[in-house]
Amino acid sequence: MMSSAQIEIQLIASLVAIACAIPGTFLVLRKMAMISDAISHSILPGIVVGFFITQDLNSPLLILLAALTGVITVVLVEYIQKTGLVKEDTAIGLVFPVLFSIGVLMIAKKANDVHLDIDAVLVGELALAPFDRLLISGADVGPKSLWIIGGILIITIVLLIAFFKELKLSTFDKGLAASLGFSPAIIHYGLMSVSSITTVGAFDAVGAILVVALMIAPAATAYLLTKDLKKMLMLSIVFGVFSAISGYWLAHKLDGSIAGSITTMLGVLFLIVYLFAPSKGIIAVLYREKQQRTEVSLLTFLLHLKNHDEERERHVNHLNEHINWQKVRSKTVLELALKNNMILIENNIVSLTPKGDEFTTQAIDYIITNEDAQIEDMKDDFFLFRG
Amino acid sequence: MLGSFAVLRKQSLLGDAISHAALPGIAISFLITGAKDSNTLLLGALVSGLIGTFWIRGIITKTHLKSDTALGLILSLFFGFGMLLLTFIQKQPNANQAGLDKYLFGQAATLVESDVWMMAIVTGICLFVLLLFWKEFKILLFDKDYAKTLGFNTKTIDILITSFIVLAIVLGLQTVGVVLMSAMLLAPAAAARQWTNSLATMVFLAAIFGAFSGVFGTAISASQNNLSTGPVIVLVAAVFVFISFVFSPSRGLLFKQIRFIKNRRDLQLHKTLSFMYDIAITHDDISHPHEVKILNNFQGYTRGTLKKLVEKNYVTLEGSTWSLTNEGFRSALNLYNQLTKNDE
Repeated sequence: MMSSAQIEIQLIASLVAIACAIPGTFLVLRKMAMISDAISHSILPGIVVGFFITQDLNSPLLILLAALTGVITVVLVEYIQKTGLVKEDTAIGLVFPVLFSIGVLMIAKKANDVHLDIDAVLVGELALAPFDRLLISGADVGPKSLWIIGGILIITIVLLIAFFKELKLSTFDKGLAASLGFSPAIIHYGLMSVSSITTVGAFDAVGAILVVALMIAPAATAYLLTKDLKKMLMLSIVFGVFSAISGYWLAHKLDGSIAGSITTMLGVLFLIVYLFAPSKGIIAVLYREKQQRTEVSLLTFLLHLKNHDEERERHVNHLNEHINWQKVRSKTVLELALKNNMILIENNIVSLTPKGDEFTTQAIDYIITNEDAQIEDMKDDFFLFRG
Repeated sequence: MLGSFAVLRKQSLLGDAISHAALPGIAISFLITGAKDSNTLLLGALVSGLIGTFWIRGIITKTHLKSDTALGLILSLFFGFGMLLLTFIQKQPNANQAGLDKYLFGQAATLVESDVWMMAIVTGICLFVLLLFWKEFKILLFDKDYAKTLGFNTKTIDILITSFIVLAIVLGLQTVGVVLMSAMLLAPAAAARQWTNSLATMVFLAAIFGAFSGVFGTAISASQNNLSTGPVIVLVAAVFVFISFVFSPSRGLLFKQIRFIKNRRDLQLHKTLSFMYDIAITHDDISHPHEVKILNNFQGYTRGTLKKLVEKNYVTLEGSTWSLTNEGFRSALNLYNQLTKNDE
């Protein structure tokens, strides 16, 4: 039986996963994934300053200030980048450690005695989340982080639905978006603010690193499976929630950090998709590369046959010596050609069939006119079996 | 030092990713050996750092995911996995486990003599290899295809550089910690880049900047209570970067601004001069005096530009009239010709 604390933890983790997956998808698509890492580190000074002002780790001012630091990070990165002195990624790599250092030093100088741990910021402890209850006029309405992250999630979803068209357009075609009158800058900073707020809201429940993982990993996994934005959003939400819940149970079993095991589940999920995704996965890619290599060899072989009428050049053994293929390779190519009815072999002499001849003639035409891409379509017409 | 290569190869954030990716390696090697021998831990970190790096490569080359996504992904996934292992270790009945998390934030004070020797040796080896393969590194860095056509084994060199970057990072982890390592890798190199265009000078400068920020940072943090070494070093390095950004003679912001203002002033001067030329050419005598008031209609004209022109002996002033000198006429004609030439 699950206790209510367990349910609450899973609920919080799932909500965080969804709240992260939405901005994460856009960050991945906009090639700004590392910004989330930068934000998650550089919000530290914002939190510390907020803490000095309010002396309360849970005040909303803290979240606002931290989110502000996040946006400042983005602005700084962009400013440094605009000077043209260094590349964007170097700018990111310079800005966030500096801000983070300032945060660490501020903690070390002033706040040593309070509960404001760097470990807690980076790692977070989801298991403690249910113990921090939100009391409204004395009545227990649930864990505080549930409300915070729930609120952020609702805002995110509302913004997503309201600006979906603008977001989509400015992500894929900045120029068009600008010419249609949407300001890419506003959308950009809007997205950055949402990411900052989500990071801040989620960090005290799950820690900075998990926020980054939850933003990037589900979106990257989904991106390997689909190119449709809506599907990608849905998939990354599903992946996020799945790893949140399964990660919780993994942590339960190992008695380890929940954030860590959620990340591990995300990693496992990504690894599986990375290897086995139907068209983008590593195995599919390697298979396709091999197939293409064989088919290119086949074409070379057919061209060779067409150019040479003398029997000496068309002897099976000659292939090994002349074209310099290994035995296995020649065998694969020969078999493929035979299967596709492109060649005939009589007494170890290879000759083109009419079909093979037609194929080769067309291929030469395309090669001469520099329309190599057409050969792919042609293969569909001629090939019964692919390489 | 090695950071120079990272910066120039646009792999700046690799340092960040590797330093995070090293964590599970540390945890696993601790789980296997059960001892806190820093050499085995470093070996573990090195291995998992390398795995992380090459996985990042794999993702970038084999899928359509971009490098930033790959970096962020590997960084967070490895780190999360490392955290899981660390918490798992903490639950184990092993007295040795305390202090593993020191690797996270780094504490130069925990270094013992053998660690320092180790670092010195590795630095020496890095330096040696760097000098040995200097030419190869350089070509690979700036023109990969050319290196290939020259017959260098680009893959091996590539792996070599990457391995050394990983090694340097893993070693540095103990001093400044995971988060700040990327800054240590980047900041000196980014600062050095502003001062020079030559690779050799840049590497040399980066090494000096790095060493200085290390020394100053440690000194400052030792002089006061409660200042951890890592962040101070990073901040000192950041100051170096800032100074370089602003004051570097050829690329710095300050001089850029000065150049910008100077160019604008030159442009205004030229505009005024050509305006005067247009007026003067309508008269037979080019030095025919004109009222200064005419110039008021012209945007680029200010008292300052007129004064400048007089100083340059292009224009003479008499009371409230001005006239072009021969010299001024010639240079304006020159300007005019240049303009029409450019138009063609």
